[in-house]
Amino acid sequence: MAMEKQNQEPRIGFYVCHCGTNIAGMVDCAEVAHHVGTLPNVVMSKDYKYMCSDPGQELIQKDIAAHGLNRVVVASCSPLLHEHTFRGAVEKGGLNPFFFHMVNIREHDSWVHTDRQEATEKAKALAQAAIGRVAHHKALETKRVDINPTTLVVGAGIAGIHTAMTIANAGKQVVLVEREPTIGGHMAKFDKTFPTLDCAACILTPKMSAAGAHENIRLLSYSEVTKVDGFVGNYKVTIKRKPRYIDEEACIGCQDCIPACVFKTPKFADEFNEGLGKRRPVYIPFPQATPQIVAIDPNVCLNFKKGENGDRVVSDKCKKTCVEACGDKDAIDFTQTERFEEIEVGAIVVATGFQTYDATRSPSYGYGRYDNVYTALEIERLVNASGPTGGHVVMRDGKSEPKSVGIIHCVGSRDKKTNAWCSRVCCMYSMKLAHLLKEHTNAEIYNFYIDVRTPGKGYEEFYGKLLEEGVHFIRGRVGEVTDWAMTPEEEGKLVIRVEDTLAGMVRRIPVDMVVLATGLEPQKDAQDVRRLFNMSCGSEGFFLERHPKLAPVNTFSDGIYIAGACQGPKDIPDTVAQAGAAAAEVLALIDKGYVEQEPNTAFILEDECSGCKSCIPLCPYTAILFDEKTDKAWINEALCKGCGTCVGSCPSGSIVQNLFEDQEIFSEIEGVLAYD
Amino acid sequence: MSKPKVAFYWCASCGGCEETVVDLAEDILGVVEKVDIVLWPVAMDFKYQDIEAMADKEIFATLLNGAIRTSEQEEMAALLRRKSQFLIAYGACAQMGGIPALANQFSRDQILEFNYEKCPALDNPQKTRPTLSLQDDGRNPHLPEFRNVVRTLDQVVDVDYYIPGCPPTPNLTKAAFEALLSGNLPPKGAVIAPDIALCDECSRKATKPTNVAFTEFKRPHQALADPDLCFLAQGMVCMGPATRSGCGAACTSGNMPCTGCFGPTSRVRDQGAKILSSLCANIEARDEDGINQTLAGIPDPVGTFYRYGLAKSILRRRVDLNMTASGK
Repeated sequence: MAMEKQNQEPRIGFYVCHCGTNIAGMVDCAEVAHHVGTLPNVVMSKDYKYMCSDPGQELIQKDIAAHGLNRVVVASCSPLLHEHTFRGAVEKGGLNPFFFHMVNIREHDSWVHTDRQEATEKAKALAQAAIGRVAHHKALETKRVDINPTTLVVGAGIAGIHTAMTIANAGKQVVLVEREPTIGGHMAKFDKTFPTLDCAACILTPKMSAAGAHENIRLLSYSEVTKVDGFVGNYKVTIKRKPRYIDEEACIGCQDCIPACVFKTPKFADEFNEGLGKRRPVYIPFPQATPQIVAIDPNVCLNFKKGENGDRVVSDKCKKTCVEACGDKDAIDFTQTERFEEIEVGAIVVATGFQTYDATRSPSYGYGRYDNVYTALEIERLVNASGPTGGHVVMRDGKSEPKSVGIIHCVGSRDKKTNAWCSRVCCMYSMKLAHLLKEHTNAEIYNFYIDVRTPGKGYEEFYGKLLEEGVHFIRGRVGEVTDWAMTPEEEGKLVIRVEDTLAGMVRRIPVDMVVLATGLEPQKDAQDVRRLFNMSCGSEGFFLERHPKLAPVNTFSDGIYIAGACQGPKDIPDTVAQAGAAAAEVLALIDKGYVEQEPNTAFILEDECSGCKSCIPLCPYTAILFDEKTDKAWINEALCKGCGTCVGSCPSGSIVQNLFEDQEIFSEIEGVLAYD
Repeated sequence: MSKPKVAFYWCASCGGCEETVVDLAEDILGVVEKVDIVLWPVAMDFKYQDIEAMADKEIFATLLNGAIRTSEQEEMAALLRRKSQFLIAYGACAQMGGIPALANQFSRDQILEFNYEKCPALDNPQKTRPTLSLQDDGRNPHLPEFRNVVRTLDQVVDVDYYIPGCPPTPNLTKAAFEALLSGNLPPKGAVIAPDIALCDECSRKATKPTNVAFTEFKRPHQALADPDLCFLAQGMVCMGPATRSGCGAACTSGNMPCTGCFGPTSRVRDQGAKILSSLCANIEARDEDGINQTLAGIPDPVGTFYRYGLAKSILRRRVDLNMTASGK
């Protein structure tokens, strides 16, 4: 029957959708319909308000019967949104769904143009291309491919941990990859959380150890994803295991090696404490780190030296007191090197988080020049009971307590010179830090803000509480922080110069300590990660969701999801909600068990293939084999993803791709060029 | 019954195709026995007026070789089309433009300027250029006009069949005659040669590795070619994978890579683009510098990949050259 239909003369039905005013506002839909109605093979051409609505879909079905249509073209929005809808409508009308073709005159036309006449002409040209192409369409069948039920979660901050736990609790296997030696991310560094002021560690660390111990979670810390191949349901992922010089199986987390190190006192800047504390070459980032496995830093350990290529190689010059301390456990292994491991998963959740704005990029605020200018993250560590000072708030001299503190909001946020966006969390964490600093030191606290943004449950109430506590709020963007005193009271202080826009005057506020509420921005390597997982980034560099409202954790790659601050700045409740949403998407995918694959696969014309083998190494899915018996190439349809690489490169034109046959593409090009 | 009339004609060509007719050797006697040759400028003396005097379709078949560059060639192509039942584009130039079509990389002015003014071997102090007509002692000699671009025969008149090659082989020519005379004809527009790429009949096919991964390209004069190994495996550009077979792998048997004269298979619109995507996709380097370094071994990509097919390619010419439908 399919063949019968293919041999019929094409009878094309064409619809142009107004999409309310989305399209009709910029494109004269009636004129497009009229023009297409004059083209060969078109037996019916209409414009309609909402083609995707139920009546719109029913219209297609009725017209197929009434006009004997055997091809349908709809000019409307992106095929990403409604190709599936219309293919379904065409199928319900009794036609093979691949006799349908969609033209995007919204994203590609009405939304991006400002001249109605030109936009209408463009819509006509695009429609004409589709009419040319669809005449050559053939009946095709979709096929199903099984889904691997294992999920990869990349990044083990609160987003990644929550996603992994949710999926694992549903009984599915998860591989959780974290590039640092411990999981926990930024949240592990926070002291309290706003607005409830419950301790971050108290709510996070049980989740961390549960994730580390979960029977369905395989935790790969100190590891990074380096390669991703495959497609939804069947990804092949390569993971780099960085050497921590510790046998993870043998280490029991006793930490006897740390005090045994030849460095009697900790000497090296401690990353976990934002450099405010010191650690030894052998260390564990913080007491509740997960996994409870130490790491050795080859850049400072005496048992390593600089190699020929600038990398670190074992020198064997150290007394290795750590190895003695480890004893029979024999967990220290200086011979470790980078290892690569390949895993197979069906879905991937990217939860790689954010980085904080580098405060040295705003030199007028003096970070790095004045000792007592801090970033907010440093203060988190300083007020933390497990921090470098045991929660005792002292300034960089190690003894004096601040009597007055200025907290500057929006550093690297809402600023065209740095980052234009609002980082969403700084107002709240600034007030939280104001509260904690006041509690720890009883100092006078000044908040310098542009607007106070508290749009969360209990957030505005928290702001009210701070006002009652006597924290000062001064509205105005700070001009500079300086140590240049103009009065005796300013001597030895940091002076914050600001235009108080409520008082209508420029003020100078002398303080002992300045805290910069640095904003959130994409990770330094976000672009590399984006390429790795075939995602998109918005203009600010955060990963782009498939739809800002209706698909906030999906990406444009099926089977790849995003959660947390890698998608945009957000606080912990929103992050956890998003992590749960990503887990739900993954579970829905796994439980369905299969994906339907576009039948846009390629095949070899066996009689015509000369066996030149040019295509074989090019296939990214290794779907092409050389058949030694026939001396010709052969494509495994189950592995073919329809990328078209082999089709384009077959020198004798002997590979054909469904839905992208030469005739279809050339007719499309001729159609678009014929119109002028 | 009178014998069917056959005409041979040449346009922008080198004469090699005429040689193939001669290369039929004693077989030409068999042809002459069955047909009357009514036009063959290279070998016999006929006048154009004789052709003009004929009735339309009086000639059974015309084998026209050479590309179309001048107004005279255009007129002759139209005349022979009118007088012939079958018009056959004979050889690479008539089929695809051939070597003369490489001139489509240059404007008419550039070509005339070089050939009448700048060519170092020239002695033309007055910078005289050909003129279309002049008065000389009461005579009015005139020359054909030189068009802007080189065209294939089918870009000028309707063509029934194509016999490929630079030049076509005697075997194909004989087979074509036999098909024509027996009335056992392929569909109109067919290229009378197998529709599979050259690798199929190349003795070196089995030696091609699955992953050629080019690291450099060498031209035939830069290395001594292994007589048995696939040229691509030796880093030499061989057009075989993108070229129609039927020549008996003449060049590769003679230890020279295929240069593509038989043109693409029926499934390919642009032979050069096809081999270009195939070879470039198989370059081992993945970074831009590495790719450029490998490609430096192909200093003349148009002359390499479009040696015979530029006029028939999708671009047809340097894109900034003017070209009207008539090629003027």
